[in-house]
Amino acid sequence: MYRYDAMDKRLVDERVAEFRDQTRRFLEGSLSDDEFKHLRLRNGLYIQTHAPMLRVAIPYGLLSSAQLRMLGSIARRYDRGYGHFTTRQNLQYNWPKLETVPDILAELATVEMHAIQTSGNCIRNTTSDHLAGVTPNELEDPRPWCEIIRQWSTFHPEFNYLPRKFKIAVTGAPQDRAASLVHDVGVHIVKNAEGVLGFEILAGGGLGRTPIIGQVVRDFLPREHLLSYLEAILRVYNLEGRRDNLTKARIKILVKSLGIAEFKRRVETEWELIRDGGLRVSDAEVERMRNHFNPPAYKTLADSDPAAGKDAAFRAWYRYNTAAHKVSGYRVVYISLKKADVAPGDATDAQMELIADLADRYSFGEIRVTHTQNLLLADVEQEKAFTLWQTLAAHGLATPNIGTLTDMICCPGLDFCSLANASSIDVARLINDRFDDYDYVYDLGELDVKMSGCMNACGHHHVGNIGILGVDKGGEAWYQITIGGAAGADASLGTVIGPSVRKADVPETISRLLAVYVEQRRDDERFLDTVRRLGVKPFKERVYAAPVAA
Amino acid sequence: MPRRLLRDGEVVTDDWQYLSELEEAVDTTAISGLIIPFARWATERDRWASHPGRLGVVLLPADKVEQLAPDVARFALIAAEFPGPTDGRGYTQGRLLRERYRFTGELRAAGYVRRDQLFLLARCGFNSFQLDTNDLPGATSAFSTFSAEYQPSNDEGLPQALERR
Repeated sequence: MYRYDAMDKRLVDERVAEFRDQTRRFLEGSLSDDEFKHLRLRNGLYIQTHAPMLRVAIPYGLLSSAQLRMLGSIARRYDRGYGHFTTRQNLQYNWPKLETVPDILAELATVEMHAIQTSGNCIRNTTSDHLAGVTPNELEDPRPWCEIIRQWSTFHPEFNYLPRKFKIAVTGAPQDRAASLVHDVGVHIVKNAEGVLGFEILAGGGLGRTPIIGQVVRDFLPREHLLSYLEAILRVYNLEGRRDNLTKARIKILVKSLGIAEFKRRVETEWELIRDGGLRVSDAEVERMRNHFNPPAYKTLADSDPAAGKDAAFRAWYRYNTAAHKVSGYRVVYISLKKADVAPGDATDAQMELIADLADRYSFGEIRVTHTQNLLLADVEQEKAFTLWQTLAAHGLATPNIGTLTDMICCPGLDFCSLANASSIDVARLINDRFDDYDYVYDLGELDVKMSGCMNACGHHHVGNIGILGVDKGGEAWYQITIGGAAGADASLGTVIGPSVRKADVPETISRLLAVYVEQRRDDERFLDTVRRLGVKPFKERVYAAPVAA
Repeated sequence: MPRRLLRDGEVVTDDWQYLSELEEAVDTTAISGLIIPFARWATERDRWASHPGRLGVVLLPADKVEQLAPDVARFALIAAEFPGPTDGRGYTQGRLLRERYRFTGELRAAGYVRRDQLFLLARCGFNSFQLDTNDLPGATSAFSTFSAEYQPSNDEGLPQALERR
């Protein structure tokens, strides 16, 4: 993985010093609340319902064991013993004390971590495919490009006060595991007709109040121009994006109002003027970055079936919580953070430290964060999967539900977030309680449930096969249900099935939706495909045919 | 009280006046060091082009820098007005003026300007800062907040800037 050189290290230390000074000036009263707000928001620090919330960047979701250990240690010493992994591969602390934040940042800096640009109207953490570098059909590992973008976007002098936040996702495989179509910019590594690798660039995707799927701005960009092209997009957006209305300020609104053709024309006009300037990415720079992501020292092993002859619990886990690896004898292992009685994406200090140890023992000391709020060990020897599973299971980290109904994406909701209308964590709990029969859950197959506590859509509900959105109805939390959304390469936005439902009725509503699916599905058809084939009508009719029994 | 500001790293007394600060009756032709709004330049170009003294122009965030392009040499000062802490269009205006239109005069940040913005503003080509008075003492230390940069900008426009390492 990328290791800091002396310059990276110095810059992060200097950022800690700058933020320490800003915090000191705020606490002694020489910076007003409002002045400090604009400064702390460049550093991931929100003032939330109960306490400040600090969001720590995990660039493209990659962590070393030392980093995860530090995250656990900070959770214990500065917070309440846990952290929350987010849909953008970051980690949030919900209870740090404001005056200790500079110390937390200083500790993070010792393991090459920071909270730079994890909030505010600037370029946020660049996210990527959690299977980068290990998935069998990848064109190229996207992580060197993520790091190139990370460095370019860090402290970018021109783009720190954009109309609104700006999120970039990069993928290198045909499957889109980074939700890149609902990012402000999606960067796809592609191969042109001559077999040359370059980028397809999309812009204008996003969720929130106005969900939109990103559109292609350029179908093939030679790789040396990636940064100049991004700079051109950002420059057009910085000058032309709306600043009069916060809800219309994302780039998606600009792209929509100009139309993709006119947006592209403006971007390319700007790009022509800067493409051959100092942002050209040379072969030497690409090589330098690639060298940071060389494959680990894999052993020569044959594929095997570790599940053969083992008990059902292990077999289920192996089937659902592991995935194919491009190197024979190895397997990708998901660590589910979706245990029934735990808020989705939460991990305790002890769990983080344990997972760090397991990464050292089983997976070359690296851990990844998925955008679905789980962790994974990317390089596990198949023959060691069983002993790894035993340890995970003993610590509540082997819930065999990856990709199923109970592997829900969920924002922190009203319990922690000042923006939320509704709680999401206890709804997740209600759903888990209702669907505790694994045979039924497995029979449903691939099913993506995503829940957000408000319109800001941090839980990506628009692109859930089943989406749940918390809405405020006369001071009471209700839940609006959508179906048919998808986040992958065939991304689509869900359709609202009808009036919102009470919290207690959410599980029954989902149950009715699933009943229609089970009755109507053909062969191996996924829930998503059935919804796409039948439309919303039969689902809607079933849900609202009779009131939910009290 | 004369306005104090930070220019080229020194706290100095401002030797420029904004048209908007003058009484209606004042004979502007007698003033050297006069800053007019871009809108006035755009609509009364002939009048101001013959201004005998030093002339400056102040841009609002929505003003198009490219419309000033043919005339940048006419101005000894160009100011970008920052209406508040969140509007960052002036950063792009600054870079375009320096890097694309080769403006070499005083490039001034006006309006909402605090010491915490100085590092980035300077990287976008600004060399003059109409800082909040409370921020003036010690503000120059902000220019050394960071000792290196990840991306080329006005101060680092050389090709291959990415590979200084």
